[in-house]
Amino acid sequence: MPFKRYVEIGRVALVNYGKDYGKLVVIVDVVDQNRALVDAPDMVRSQINFKRLSLTDFKIDIHRIPKKKKLIEALEAADVKNKWENSSWGRKLIVQKRRASLNDFDRFKIMLTKIKRAGLINQELAKLKKVEAVS
Amino acid sequence: MAPEKEKKKPRVTRNPELIKGIRKYSKSKMYHKRGLSAIKKQNDGAFPDHEGKPAERKPEEKPPKFYPADDVKKPLKNKRKHKPTRLRDSITPGTVLILLAGRFMGKRVVFLKQLPSGLLLVTGPYRINGVPLRRVSQAYVIATSTKVDISGVNVEKFEDKYFSKKSDKKKNKKDANEFFDAEKPEKQKFPQEKKDDQKTVDAALIKSIESVPDLKAYLGARFSLKDGMKPHELVF
Repeated sequence: MPFKRYVEIGRVALVNYGKDYGKLVVIVDVVDQNRALVDAPDMVRSQINFKRLSLTDFKIDIHRIPKKKKLIEALEAADVKNKWENSSWGRKLIVQKRRASLNDFDRFKIMLTKIKRAGLINQELAKLKKVEAVS
Repeated sequence: MAPEKEKKKPRVTRNPELIKGIRKYSKSKMYHKRGLSAIKKQNDGAFPDHEGKPAERKPEEKPPKFYPADDVKKPLKNKRKHKPTRLRDSITPGTVLILLAGRFMGKRVVFLKQLPSGLLLVTGPYRINGVPLRRVSQAYVIATSTKVDISGVNVEKFEDKYFSKKSDKKKNKKDANEFFDAEKPEKQKFPQEKKDDQKTVDAALIKSIESVPDLKAYLGARFSLKDGMKPHELVF
């Protein structure tokens, strides 16, 4: 199985440990075997260990260590934000965040809707079973 | 007195303080500023002598019958005043609280106000979940971020005295016979006026609760931890 996501300049990665946990960053340079120089529109360019990064499918077109403005332009051009939020990985994270922020009342309302939905599904299932039984 | 006495203006000194302990004008200067020579002149060369208030007659004190052998130290008076417990910022009138202990453990309940003793006044409302007007300690409560509109409710009259137990002043001295009789403590009927208080408080509350969908069912249900719920990660 060949690798599909490579560490390269312009690779978009997700920080999975540390102060910037959950941020999407762009690899702008490689420091050495273990560390990369990483940048994002809302953070100061800094080095980070590869072990703290999860590579994504997205790559943007930049030169080594672009200026912040160029970086932002490249991100806009590649439309990384929207692509990320529509990808299954990105959507999962959004749902996780939403679930974690639920109120006690919200959880109660969700429970009611789940029960309701299950009821409807079971109704339909019962109908189908009836049809099945007849034939 | 028919004409109302005007409030006397407090006397202000015309001798400003330059720095602590040092005033601007000397004694002789102030003598002239105050016009004391004029006052003397008015009163025949001397300061007028006002009669003091007639001395109040103190009631005659009898000498004490007993002098203690050693001097007993009197403890200092305690003048500390109690403040009610600090209310958590998350608890405001109308907040839905989850009771954590006692008979109504797990019930979701509406917070009304904090009583002077520091306890929280809380109601079910009674018709929704069976919790009456009740006092509850802040420590045994989780505050959720759900708020109910409490503007139509008047809780002025409820204080700690409202909830105190009524004690029989006459303690019946029991005869030997009464001990052996079947114990029938008279069950005190719940006073009708308390029922009416409950109804008035709840009426306005229930209206505002029913205007929010699902809130009535929410208050009627008990809270419990289910599988996978981590209390330290839950947002209430």
